[in-house]
Amino acid sequence: MYSEKVMEHFANPRNVGEIPDADGVGKVGNPQCGDVMWLYIKVKDNIITDVKFKTFGCGAAIATSSMITELAKGKTIEEAKRISRGDVADSLGGLPPVKMHCSNLASDALREAIKDYEAKKAAKT
Amino acid sequence: MTAGIKKRIYFDHSATTRVLPEVEEAMLPFLTEKWGNPSSLHAFGREAKVAVENSRKHVAKLLNCDPTEIVFTSGGTESDNLAIKGVAMYKGKMKGHIITTKMEHHAVLETCEWLKRFGFDITSLPVSQEGLVDVGDVERAIRNDTILISVMMANNEIGTIQPYKEIGTIARDRNIPFHTDAVQAIGKIPLDVKADNIDLLSLSGHKFHGPKGIGALYVRKGSKIEPVIQGGGQERGLRSSTENVPGIVGIGKAAELAKRDLEPTSQRMKVLRDKMIKSVPEIVPRSYVNGHKTRRLVNNAHFRFDFIEGEGLILQLDFKGIAASTGSACSTGALEPSHVLLAMGLTHEQAHGSLRVTLGRENTEEEVDYLLEVLPGVVSKLREISPFNEKRPMSPGEGGSGVQ
Repeated sequence: MYSEKVMEHFANPRNVGEIPDADGVGKVGNPQCGDVMWLYIKVKDNIITDVKFKTFGCGAAIATSSMITELAKGKTIEEAKRISRGDVADSLGGLPPVKMHCSNLASDALREAIKDYEAKKAAKT
Repeated sequence: MTAGIKKRIYFDHSATTRVLPEVEEAMLPFLTEKWGNPSSLHAFGREAKVAVENSRKHVAKLLNCDPTEIVFTSGGTESDNLAIKGVAMYKGKMKGHIITTKMEHHAVLETCEWLKRFGFDITSLPVSQEGLVDVGDVERAIRNDTILISVMMANNEIGTIQPYKEIGTIARDRNIPFHTDAVQAIGKIPLDVKADNIDLLSLSGHKFHGPKGIGALYVRKGSKIEPVIQGGGQERGLRSSTENVPGIVGIGKAAELAKRDLEPTSQRMKVLRDKMIKSVPEIVPRSYVNGHKTRRLVNNAHFRFDFIEGEGLILQLDFKGIAASTGSACSTGALEPSHVLLAMGLTHEQAHGSLRVTLGRENTEEEVDYLLEVLPGVVSKLREISPFNEKRPMSPGEGGSGVQ
């Protein structure tokens, strides 16, 4: 059983899509396990100005993806790094226990995207 | 019918079915005025006993056996447990070899797994891509110490009908008891346990418009079987516990209706099933039919779709008022997708994108048309969210860093 908030985000996911000139891309999950998430970020002056995602997965995977885009947008890189799996689940009014492990990938994807952004930045300088 | 009208359509009849009004009507008196214990000698007991025995006759007629060969249980799972454990533990022998398949229901698989712990040897035969067990494999698996062959009549997920008649013949020739889980077959396949050489057959009331919590096991006369529930000795000692009289009356009525209406209802469901099986691959790109083309239950249509995951599909269809199911891991709370789909050789990725549509006698063509109307849109909505497509196919490891 999903919370109303999860169902709402699943039904109307925010920020679906890709950013062709993204500053960072995070790809997590594995299709074998049934959940894959690709997260794109745009960063300006250390602030995440745009986030988009593409997700293959269950209702929880899509809802957490949608939620993380809302949580991350407008945050500084440091603030965004601190967003945890628990934060995403809490913002959605909780997730069924079995989904906490396998489908709650969104904060991992965000961290991967930030890592990618920082690596690209370091390479440039 | 157009999208947006909130009508509920039920296409999940392999999960459970609606109790038919005639069944409800038959049961009600046994919840209100006729509440006696069938073991009691007085009038209260006698009227309950008469109803139980009448019901037994109807179930026996459905299977073409003697009423004394019917044991009422709490459902399909208990019937499977009784059949397998009851034969395995006969006279406390606690050893022997059992032949089954990789795509049995968990009630059979897990019971066999449990018996392994006590020293039983289990052979789980593979199935073909279409979900069929090879009769030759069954024959070759037989050993001197084989005590039971358990192969389901029809599969609950993909609807494949196993060569149970041929297996029955082989088993009878070798004098090995043959158990078949026929839970999904009732009301869809004409049954004859005598002609088909079946020794033990499980069925469940709620799968054919009876109530939940009632099932039966056909136990061929002379079968060597122990009870697994000890107590007051009801059901000829094979299933102690005061009889679930309303449930028994319900399954009896449901059996009567299943037999009476088998021909017309199967014919109707088959037409609708074939319409779906023909249409879906035509109207949804990169969609496929799972299971056998002809050897399948008249009510089962099973598909898979590239690039999307089944739970999302079920939820999206639910928004449209359609109830169906999937073999995706995410829908079951398990970490693995359906063992049936994997046994057929589907990859994990393919199994995740599956959709099971199981018809019932009450479904209409209008309902099927509505599903066909909304399905392409629902699939493309999920594909728009998915990172995978024709240009970026899914493959293991494709996802990214492997963080789980």
